Amino acid sequence: MSLVFAGVCSHAPGITGRAQMADPKVRDAFYEQFYRMGELMRATQPDAVMVVAAEHFANFFMNNMPAYAVGMADYYEGPIEDPEWLAIERRRVPGNADLSERLIKEIMQTVDVAYAQEWKFDHGIMVPLHFLTPKYDLDVIPVNINCQGPPLTPLHRAWAFGEAIRRACDKVPERIALIGTGGISHWPCTPDSGKVNIEWDRTFMDRWAANDREAMLSYTDMETYRDGGQGGFEIRTFISVAAAARGKGNILFCEPIPIFAVTCTAATMAVE
Amino acid sequence: MSLYGVQKFLYEVNRNPDDQRRYHEGGAVRDELLARYDLNEEELEAIHSGDIGKLYVLGVNGQLLMHFAGLLGVPWADYIQAMRDGVKKYGPVRAGLYAMTTQYDEKVAGV
Repeated sequence: MSLVFAGVCSHAPGITGRAQMADPKVRDAFYEQFYRMGELMRATQPDAVMVVAAEHFANFFMNNMPAYAVGMADYYEGPIEDPEWLAIERRRVPGNADLSERLIKEIMQTVDVAYAQEWKFDHGIMVPLHFLTPKYDLDVIPVNINCQGPPLTPLHRAWAFGEAIRRACDKVPERIALIGTGGISHWPCTPDSGKVNIEWDRTFMDRWAANDREAMLSYTDMETYRDGGQGGFEIRTFISVAAAARGKGNILFCEPIPIFAVTCTAATMAVE
Repeated sequence: MSLYGVQKFLYEVNRNPDDQRRYHEGGAVRDELLARYDLNEEELEAIHSGDIGKLYVLGVNGQLLMHFAGLLGVPWADYIQAMRDGVKKYGPVRAGLYAMTTQYDEKVAGV
């Protein structure tokens, strides 16, 4: 049928793995909005959810790094990390190879994507699923944008990728929900972990919510690295979702939680 | 190419339980595992001793290093401190995107 839902969210492993170390008040307020985002998504009765993630060397490495990849399997596994470390139980997650293939074929009309018939989910997908589909009863179509190993795809290509996703979703009879996960500013896995640039985050999210293409594509990677850290490169996933949804965004939550290493964010976007 | 070899090892050991077993077994089994990779003496020593601080300074991507630290059973606060100590002992991060931008005693998230 078409794209029926669009949203973006954080995926940092600390969100689940270091839950006990956070200020309960702000943590619970974030969790509430993250779960609410899932309820809003499921209310649109999607047949599948495409999760545009920025994985962290769970499947793809610099020996053969795709700029864009889409999963094409009937099931996946995750998390690849120690389940106790992430505080998410390891499980099999349902997929839909046939739907993936149809989406990939259409995306390929304009963007050369890699496909993957096996895929181990890391926290980049498992943390969002934990909140959005807590029963793991919705088919997942995993999507990856390389945001880890430069050279990285230019932002305007992330936009074009989002346009291709939209066109593909509109061509299949299934109802598709689209989630982008990542960023916004953060310096993860380093001694800086916990540092965020909240002004930069708010500016980016304002641009995202306004669906201001020009403003979102104006960042250079050098500026992003300086102002938003290496984790800031993941704005690509948010940009793809904006290009696919075409509407305006509604920010449910956007506040720093230092022990989670990120400005925790959950937002929806109207599909137009 | 050498940093590439370290990261390739970490990528594979992080996702492969058999390689994890070989690493933990040590001795000749571990040597055979590490012989697959193009590593210099400094890198080999850092991997053998589980020197998180040295691996961080060598420029290993934090996403790979964080999970390797997990495999070694290093708690979160100790992992963060090991990187700070590495910079203090060996100097600034030499390559990659994961340089330290905060001060040695600046505990951004309280750890």
